[in-house]
Amino acid sequence: MSSPRTIIALGLEGSANKLGVGIVKHTYPSGITASELAPQYEELANIRDTYNPPAGHGFQPRDVAAHHRALILPLLDKALAQAKLQPQDIDCICFTKGPGMGAPLQSVALVARTLSQLWNKPLVGTNHCVGHIEMGRAITGAQNPVVLYVSGGNTQVIAYSQQTYRIFGETLDIAIGNCLDRFARVLKLPNDPSPGYNIEQYAKKGSKYIPLPYTVKGMDVSFSGILSFIEQLAKTQKDKYSAEDLCYSLQETMFAMLVEITERAMAHINSSEVLVVGGVGCNVRLQEMMGEMAKERGGNVFATDMRYCIDNGIMIAQAGALAFARGETTKMQDTWITQRFRTDQVHVAWRD
Amino acid sequence: MADQQEVLRQGAEARIYKTEFEGKPAIAKQRFSKKYRHPELDHKLTKGRLNQEARSLQRCRDNGIKVPRVYHTDKAAATLTIEFIAGPTLKEWVFANTDDQLLKDQMEALGRILNKMHMHNIIHGDLTTSNAIVDQQGELVLIDFGLSQVSPSAEDKAVDLYVLERAFISTHPNSELLFGSVLEAYEKNADEATSAVIKRLEDVRLRGRKRDMTG
Repeated sequence: MSSPRTIIALGLEGSANKLGVGIVKHTYPSGITASELAPQYEELANIRDTYNPPAGHGFQPRDVAAHHRALILPLLDKALAQAKLQPQDIDCICFTKGPGMGAPLQSVALVARTLSQLWNKPLVGTNHCVGHIEMGRAITGAQNPVVLYVSGGNTQVIAYSQQTYRIFGETLDIAIGNCLDRFARVLKLPNDPSPGYNIEQYAKKGSKYIPLPYTVKGMDVSFSGILSFIEQLAKTQKDKYSAEDLCYSLQETMFAMLVEITERAMAHINSSEVLVVGGVGCNVRLQEMMGEMAKERGGNVFATDMRYCIDNGIMIAQAGALAFARGETTKMQDTWITQRFRTDQVHVAWRD
Repeated sequence: MADQQEVLRQGAEARIYKTEFEGKPAIAKQRFSKKYRHPELDHKLTKGRLNQEARSLQRCRDNGIKVPRVYHTDKAAATLTIEFIAGPTLKEWVFANTDDQLLKDQMEALGRILNKMHMHNIIHGDLTTSNAIVDQQGELVLIDFGLSQVSPSAEDKAVDLYVLERAFISTHPNSELLFGSVLEAYEKNADEATSAVIKRLEDVRLRGRKRDMTG
C-alpha cells in the first residue's frame, strides 16, 4: 500500500461578472491509484465578489475586467488568510481557460501566470463547465447523474461516458440565464444580487399562467422565440399582464422545457439521478420541478446552493486538482484563454 | 383492457403497450400527464402531441413514406393505437451490423426518406436512431412523431437534421461517417429547397459552436 497524498489547489475564476478565489484540499488515503479516483474533499476558502451593472443594463467585458483586476489581489490575500496557508503550501494554481468573456478571462489568467512564476508552482488550465460539474458531484455526492448545466451563457444536458462529458441536449440559440437577464432588463428589475434572483421573487407572487411558445426539438431547446414574444407582451400590454404573472409564466414554461429534455436524456441513458449546476440552478422552482420529475422516475435531484452553483473559485480548484492528480499541468505557452471551449473537449482522466 | 396489455416500454412521456386491433398486432401509446408542469401547459402539450403524431403519421403515409398505420385515436385516454412493426430499432441494427456496405446503404436509405419527408414539409422533431425501425423487409420505418410539425421553412428542416446529427454523435462511435452517408443521400439530385436546407444546416451548426460563450 502506498502512502497517503494530499493536494492543495488554488482556483481563480473570472469568466463572467463574478470573480472567485477558492482553495481546496484533496486527500487520497492510499495514494493516487487507479482504484482510488475520488479523493476526500475539504474546502479551505471560497470567496467571491460580483460586478453588478445598474438596473436595465447588461455587463460590458471591459468593465468586468476592470473589476476583476482591481479586486483579485485583495481576494487572494483574504483566501490565503482564511485557509491559514502560505504560498509555498499550494501545490498548483488552477485558472479558468474558458469558455467565457475574453477580457475578464485574460485579466485572471495573467494573475495566474504571474503567481506561477513568483511562487514557482505549476499551472492547470480548467474548463469552466467541467468545474461546475465536478463541484456539484463533490458537494452532493451524486455518482453518475445526468447533469443539467444552466447559467447566463450555457444551457446543456450532459452525461458522462468514456472519459468525456457528452452533451446530449442544449439550447439552439440563447442560454436560459441570458433569456432571464434580458427579460429582467425589459422589466427594469435590479441586477443586485442577480437579475434571475429578482425574476424568481416576482414569479413567486404570480399566479396567472399566460401561454407562451414552447419549443423542444429532440433533446434541444430554443428560447429566442419565447423571449421576443414575452418582451412584446411586456411592452405593449402592460395593463393586461402584471410583471409577476409574466415572470411566473416565463419560469413555468422554460423550466418545463428543461425538465422535459433532462428526463429524455435520463430515459436515454437509463439514469435516475439528476444534478443541476450553474447560476440558474439556484432557482428553487427549477429544483422543485426537477425533483418532481425525478421522483416519478424513482430517482433523486441533486442541487447546490448559491455558494457553489453561482460561479466561484473553488470549483476551478476542484476540477483542476483532479486533473493535476492525474499528472496534468498546463505549460506556460499553453496558458492562453479561449472564449469557446466546449464541455465535451475535456479528457476526464480522473473518472473510469 | 389495460391489464391484458403487455407494457413494452415506459418512455419519458408515454407508456407503450403491445395490443391487438381488430385481430392485428398493434401498439398502444398512452401519454401521461406530468405533475411537474402547470396543468394548463400539460394539457396543451399532451393533447397537441397526440393529435400531431396521428396527423403526421397519416401525412407520411399519404406521401409514400413508410410509417405505422394509425388505427385509432382516443383523445379522452390520450392513447394512440398504431400498427405494430416487428424489428430492431435502427440503433440496435447499427450496433449489430458488421457489413460496411449494408451499413452505408441503410444510412443512404435514411437520407432519401428524410429528404422525401422534408419535401412534403413534415418535420419529425425528434430524429434519432432509436426512432426508426428496420422492418422484416430490411426497410426503415420512422416512428415517434409526437414532436413533429408541418413547416416549409429551411430552418426547421435544418434543425431536424442537426438534431439527428447530434443524436449520432452522442450514440454512435463512428458518427461522422454514418451521418455523412445520410447527408450525402439527402442532398443527392438536390432541388433548390434541399440546397437551402443544407446551407442552413451550416448556419445552425455554427450557431452551436459560437454559442458556448460565457459561464
